[in-house]
Amino acid sequence: MNELLSYFNYPFVRYALIAGVLIALCAALLGVTLVLKRYSMIGDGLSHVAFGAMAIATVCSMAPMTVALPITIAAAIILLGINSNSKIKGDAAIAMISVGALALGYLLLNIFSASSNVSGDVCTTLFGSTSILTLSESDVWLCAALAVVVLLVFVIFYHKIFAVTFDESFASATGTKTKAYNILIAVVTAVVIVLAMNLVGALLISALIIFPALSAMRIFKSFLSVIISSAVISVLCAVSGIFVSIIYSTPVGSTIVAANIVFFILCTVIGKITKKS
Amino acid sequence: MALINVSGVSLGYEGNPIVTDLDFKVEKGDYLCIVGENGSGKSTLMKTLLGQKHVIKGKIEFSYGLHQNEIGYLPQQTEVQKDFPASVREIVLSGCINSCGLRPFYSKTQKNLAAENMKKLGIDDIAKNCYRELSGGQQQRVLLARALCATKKLLVLDEPVAGLDPIVTQNLYRLISEINREGITVIMVSHDINAAAEYASHILHISHKPLFFGTKEEYIKSDVYLSFASKGGNEE
Repeated sequence: MNELLSYFNYPFVRYALIAGVLIALCAALLGVTLVLKRYSMIGDGLSHVAFGAMAIATVCSMAPMTVALPITIAAAIILLGINSNSKIKGDAAIAMISVGALALGYLLLNIFSASSNVSGDVCTTLFGSTSILTLSESDVWLCAALAVVVLLVFVIFYHKIFAVTFDESFASATGTKTKAYNILIAVVTAVVIVLAMNLVGALLISALIIFPALSAMRIFKSFLSVIISSAVISVLCAVSGIFVSIIYSTPVGSTIVAANIVFFILCTVIGKITKKS
Repeated sequence: MALINVSGVSLGYEGNPIVTDLDFKVEKGDYLCIVGENGSGKSTLMKTLLGQKHVIKGKIEFSYGLHQNEIGYLPQQTEVQKDFPASVREIVLSGCINSCGLRPFYSKTQKNLAAENMKKLGIDDIAKNCYRELSGGQQQRVLLARALCATKKLLVLDEPVAGLDPIVTQNLYRLISEINREGITVIMVSHDINAAAEYASHILHISHKPLFFGTKEEYIKSDVYLSFASKGGNEE
């Protein structure tokens, strides 16, 4: 325990924890809506787009966030917003955009990269590796600011998000601007995904979004309790994942996801037991 | 002046008309049943009344200060809802969303309205239960209570008894009649012609063109009803 506490003396551990908790919180809140709207794969698709955007940023030697954020937001709006009446249907559109961006990103990095270790760089972007432990103070501030915005959006629009998620046709028939809220959800999703790339890497973001929501749904039965418990589960997993990865020097991203898997199994068992009794 | 006045309306997708020459009126307190076979255009008509589609030709007028956000709607169940983790109360309360405007939370009045409607439909004792664990009939009551939270004037129902067993169906029809008697105008889309002839005050029978519009009493005597009812009787 003392050993654990001594880690707090290092600023990079504190930064990682703060950023990790905030990102996990946002991802979990959003995850409930995305899973229920049958958009679980959107996290995966958008993270590939973010990867492609990061590749462009690397090639042009620009700050990754400034390129990745707008491109990912645009992709999210296309996927979530216009989805309903486009000719290419939901899952196909996601698959198309996601593999397309992944391929182009890798291609760009290979052709133009000055780095001698391209596959190492790619692996880092895809799986996160140690990047969360190398966050600077300004990264953490940016992370915190965006997380606060996401949280505020969620609290302010909570009831509307519920109405749009549960029954879009009722909401729009009774005069709620469902399209606007879908776009809002899309933008927030993109922001969370670009943030989460720092934590777990592009390939593992989906896990952060869907696992806490699915775990919470095994046990809880009202929307509010599912949202709150999925946030709590997500934060617990992020904190324990970060500590385990520091102590046993495992990769941060996959350790957090492993923690999520353990929680999911736990919740499934608890859900089964409580249902029987 | 009628509550809804539909004159010379054609409806369809991308300029291809599905239904043409619609002319009918809905008066305050009416119980209009729109019947017709699958693909006859009744769903399209309903979506247009709800303001989700535009007419190709003609016009639809609302009066008595009826606004888009004052229509209660009972849609068909979607795949998403079948395993949705939400309590009955949360769902009924979400019917008040249209009167919230920009306010992020529900007011006391709205919460009372939700409680009142749950009581009216006999679901106040299961308010804390999970929606996905209810029976089909209970789920429809929840959605009906939600629709009542959204309106004091007009209720639009889309095949409200689809998939319900006969007893539950009868109960639901009676409930809808009761709501209608309390002064709320009801428009129901259905392919159950016999129930329409029993409960509705007016019938609109369409099959790409309006075949019949008038009161129930006239409808029962009409050729349209006689020919369809005998066919329908064999099918169901």
